Amino acid sequence: QQPAQFTNPETPGYVGFANLPNQVHRKSVKKGFEFTLMVVGESGLGKSTLINSLFLTDLYPERIIPGAADKIERTVQIEASTVEIEERGVKLRLTVVDTPGYGDAINCRDCFKTIISYIDEQFERYLHDESGLNRRHIVDNRVHCCFYFISPFGHGLKPLDVEFMKAIHNKVNIVPVIAKADTLSLKERERLKKRILDEIEEHGIKIYHLPDAESDEDEDFKEQTRLLKASIPFCVVGSNQLIEAKGKKVRGRLYPWGVVEVENPEHNDFLKLRTMLITHMQDLQEVTQDLHYENFRSERLKRGSRLKIEDEEVNKDQILLEKEAEVR
Amino acid sequence: PHAGPVETKNEAAMSELVPEPRQKPVVPMKPTGINASLLGYIGIDTIIEQMRKKTMKTGFDFNIMVVGQSGLGKSTLVNTLFKSQVSRKSSGWNREEKIPKTVEIKAIGHVIEEGGVKMKLTVIDTPGFGDQINNENCWEPIEKYINEQYEKFLKEEVNIARKKRIPDTRVHCCLYFISPTGHSLRPLDLEFMKHLSKVVNIIPVIAKADTMTLEEKTEFKQRVRKELEVNGIEFYPQKEFDEDLEDKTENDKIRQESMPFAVVGSDKEYQVNGKRVLGRKTPWGIIEVENLNHCEFALLRDFVIRTHLQDLKEVTHNIHYETYRAKRLNDNGGLPPMTVETEENHESNL
Repeated sequence: QQPAQFTNPETPGYVGFANLPNQVHRKSVKKGFEFTLMVVGESGLGKSTLINSLFLTDLYPERIIPGAADKIERTVQIEASTVEIEERGVKLRLTVVDTPGYGDAINCRDCFKTIISYIDEQFERYLHDESGLNRRHIVDNRVHCCFYFISPFGHGLKPLDVEFMKAIHNKVNIVPVIAKADTLSLKERERLKKRILDEIEEHGIKIYHLPDAESDEDEDFKEQTRLLKASIPFCVVGSNQLIEAKGKKVRGRLYPWGVVEVENPEHNDFLKLRTMLITHMQDLQEVTQDLHYENFRSERLKRGSRLKIEDEEVNKDQILLEKEAEVR
Repeated sequence: PHAGPVETKNEAAMSELVPEPRQKPVVPMKPTGINASLLGYIGIDTIIEQMRKKTMKTGFDFNIMVVGQSGLGKSTLVNTLFKSQVSRKSSGWNREEKIPKTVEIKAIGHVIEEGGVKMKLTVIDTPGFGDQINNENCWEPIEKYINEQYEKFLKEEVNIARKKRIPDTRVHCCLYFISPTGHSLRPLDLEFMKHLSKVVNIIPVIAKADTMTLEEKTEFKQRVRKELEVNGIEFYPQKEFDEDLEDKTENDKIRQESMPFAVVGSDKEYQVNGKRVLGRKTPWGIIEVENLNHCEFALLRDFVIRTHLQDLKEVTHNIHYETYRAKRLNDNGGLPPMTVETEENHESNL
């Protein structure tokens, strides 16, 4: 073999398959991306504001916030909104799955059943589509990432937080987020972050791990990755209001004692969260596909039951034969 | 609770959800780090860069098959395409070797690297094709080989514990060598392409094109194109798989004007006008392989490698493989494949 290292097309010996990444690039730009992000957390932790801030959009234009009395009877709902964002010709079809009602009830014991069913349903649907005859237009609605919002008002994780994360950590990538970080001083934040990390380890909760930067990446990227890893869980503040500060218009929250700037890394980890999400979007999808989905799939297939087939393709004789085989 | 994702709250709400075109930042630059704070720029386009990096790191498989009578320069052409000694003739071929009595399938793999991109190239040669007295059904071993690769892939795909990256031995591209008779296609050519164009991407090439003058070449190409059309042979790039107008325009030009490529191959270098070029030396001149005035090798190379490499793989995976799979499932009674795991082996109900 001749390991040809020619990059110049004019160099004799240049074949041209180094152009493959460009071909892949072109196809990816045409196809665009799909990403599903789930947000879970008690009401009032700023989830909706944060999502709007992250993607510079308003996903909830006609929102009505229910009062406490309305919340008593409420069970957890699943609400998915899809938005198409385009930047420099690259299209992202983002689906945000909201879970209003989580943590609201007086007794939250059944809180997460609905959410887990939803995640499983997406896996089930994908498995069914993947096993079908016509696979040309499979839509991937599997949840690629779950932002779990932790209240800044406590002393760490609450029992509900622990139970929920343990129930879903084998099904979805969890990114814990400390909400409304502007209620904490910097020292309080550090303390809370450490406390939460300790509790996560203590309870054996598996959160999403950022992969280390590869050895051939440039120093800046490596440093960025180190910084991101060291900042988890991210302490964030969200806002869609533009405030005048230091002569510029910034996204922020205006208090009598000053302005909290959303995109100021000294004020909170918002930019880190956004950077992490964008630079790891592909990895989040891959881990969902290669780990969570494959786990689901192998468990499902091992159980041996027939995959749910809604249509009348399978005739009754076959069902009978299968049942007999199962019994045997 | 909703059974699945609700795509739109209602039709009207959907249009509200699509945001208005955002103003692009005045200075278009990527955020260089966490501290860049461009209001209004998220950075979605950087995802493409991530994918590009990933493609470069993981490398890729490419499997190319060459079919045609012996002596048409198949092995030389493949060596020329990849500027490396990758064909069967370069790995211990004996010049005295007789033509095999039946069609043999010989696959040889090499890893080549360029510009940081690693390619695991497999060249599948088919010695014996078309060389017998009676060539009836000589395409069958080839079709069998191609389907066997689909089967291998399918078996791995339906496994309970399947590999993250399923090794891809499927044939992405089949170069079919047409003899430069100057008259027309031979019946064997038609039969082969008719059968195989349904299972694999076929790219017909006119071999040893230095035996034709420019006029003869143009006429022959026209005639071959006509014959292929009349016989309903869809060679790559197939019309029905053009994804959009841009593809169609580009591919129409290739289908109607350039193909089949009239090529000359060589792995010998000569000095021409102070440059070293690949070529064939004759008493009347040097035929430069990469000179578009002499032959269309450069067009073939650019087509297969520089522009359509990824597409060849995608059409193989999304179209040909899926067709095979659908047929297998149908034969299996429409049941989705399930694998029952026994102690060591996996039995599948295929």
